[in-house]
Amino acid sequence: MYRPIHELTDAYRRGDLTPTAVAEAYLARIDALDGRVGAYLTVVRDQALAAARESELRWRAGAPLGPLDGAPVALKDVLCTRGVRTTCGSKMLESFVPPYDATVVERLRAAGAVILGKTNMDEFAMGSSTEHSAFHPTRNPWDLARVPGGSSGGSAAAVAGGLAAGGLGSDTGGSIRQPAAFCGVVGMKPTYGRVSRYGLIALASSLDQIGPFAQDVRDAALLLGAVAGHDRRDATSIQAPVPDYAADLSKGVAGLTLGLPDEYFIDGMDPDVERAVRAAIEVLKELGARLERVSLPTTKHSLAAYYLILPAEASSNLARYDGVKFGLRVPGRDLVEMESRTRAAGFGAEVKRRIMLGTYALSAGYYDAYYGKAQSVRTLVRREFAAAFARVDLIVAPTTPNVAFKHGEKEDPLSMYLNDVFTIPGNLAGIPGISVPCGFSVTGLPIGLQVLGRPLDEPRVLRAAYAYEQATPWRSRRPELK
Amino acid sequence: MIERTDVEHVARLTRLALTEAELERMREQLNSILAHLDTLRAVDTEGVEPTSHAVDVVNVMREDEVEPCFPQDAMLANAPDRSGELFRVPRILED
Repeated sequence: MYRPIHELTDAYRRGDLTPTAVAEAYLARIDALDGRVGAYLTVVRDQALAAARESELRWRAGAPLGPLDGAPVALKDVLCTRGVRTTCGSKMLESFVPPYDATVVERLRAAGAVILGKTNMDEFAMGSSTEHSAFHPTRNPWDLARVPGGSSGGSAAAVAGGLAAGGLGSDTGGSIRQPAAFCGVVGMKPTYGRVSRYGLIALASSLDQIGPFAQDVRDAALLLGAVAGHDRRDATSIQAPVPDYAADLSKGVAGLTLGLPDEYFIDGMDPDVERAVRAAIEVLKELGARLERVSLPTTKHSLAAYYLILPAEASSNLARYDGVKFGLRVPGRDLVEMESRTRAAGFGAEVKRRIMLGTYALSAGYYDAYYGKAQSVRTLVRREFAAAFARVDLIVAPTTPNVAFKHGEKEDPLSMYLNDVFTIPGNLAGIPGISVPCGFSVTGLPIGLQVLGRPLDEPRVLRAAYAYEQATPWRSRRPELK
Repeated sequence: MIERTDVEHVARLTRLALTEAELERMREQLNSILAHLDTLRAVDTEGVEPTSHAVDVVNVMREDEVEPCFPQDAMLANAPDRSGELFRVPRILED
């Protein structure tokens, strides 16, 4: 079950495998194992088999729709799917059935992908462990006592556990890269605006971006290529043409300059993570990359800026859940009581906390001190990345300061937030980043190497990640899920 | 420091009916989180323009063309309560 998409489609082309047989095998494995992992919230068996049969006819006719035709994928339940319940991990949307597909879903279908189901997530994408789903927690396939990371923990666990060949998630402060690191898979957050957000249930609109989960870098490039590009339904989507992300993967890192930010190697980080990441940097050096130290001094303030900007935008975005047009409603004597009871019953504790924080930060008298200040700090973060990228082509760093933690280990909201210190700056600056497996802790848990690039420089980010991946053995190691 | 009355005020603004226990826990947690966020005050942002958006996009224009929209029934299908072609809500105005 651990074959990347590009190998599956090679096998379809040769006639060694059929999309139907592969979809059936994945569905059988989900039946057998997902009770323990909890990666999925909804499995769309009949739709998946119908899509696989259509794909099979195209392959048989020698006319596949492209490199994803017949690829079994999992979608984070933050992405609207026409006619298929989309919960966003919340009681608020427990029975919400979208009347349309998100643009990325539409594009995956048009590319022939076989959607297996919708994956679990922290409620409204707020969290770093997928423990804050209103339905059930997801478990890390490498150690079921541990979290898969979050908020896209379901998609990450599905790909890591062989319950999907690839997937999509969303990344607002690290929600693709952090679970990819914790689960030992590839996860990429593209440049802000590279992928349309139409049909992505909004968390923080200036930070949210959709991206792929994959078993290897080539698959990540193929998935990104299928969903990227301008969309008139998302005015913030970038007009630039979409390159063939898989075309230049093997160009290597010789001649590229990689920046090592001092601020991403901090006291208190897991020594196993530091060891693995430093070893990965040595590998890149041996492959011909030049290394240079860079400084991103505002990194230490990114977390605070993020935890003002995100709640502020989220509190505004989540104002739409008022019990009127869709979602849960709890009756009340008048409109205000109905809304207040609906929101009290529909939202979980973390969502309420962030809505309260954001509303407070935006309220009269505090706007400049909090939201305005955080936005100015965001400018400093952008400037520092721009200055660094004037000297280096890419930045390499750990994805997270630690490996996957145990369920229930981080009860205090602040200690949970600290998980995202190395991924948040990339969202504030809007730049692309990838997490690629770079080894294991002594306890056998995966570690992620993060590669960050200039805006729209996904090709070079992918190239460096690919060069590293091909030079190391990590992707051959898989969790033993039985 | 956020007082209990501030928490009640913000909860009213954002339409969240919180229990007594939730109000108190929220007061404690917001104070602890804001104490951390207050470290931002130390950053010198004098004369630094705020960033609201990482990519510079201004006034995206397109032709104003008529195109099909979603059918009314599809849009009303998720309504918790409807009356014909309308979303029904509790009374807003007094008699």
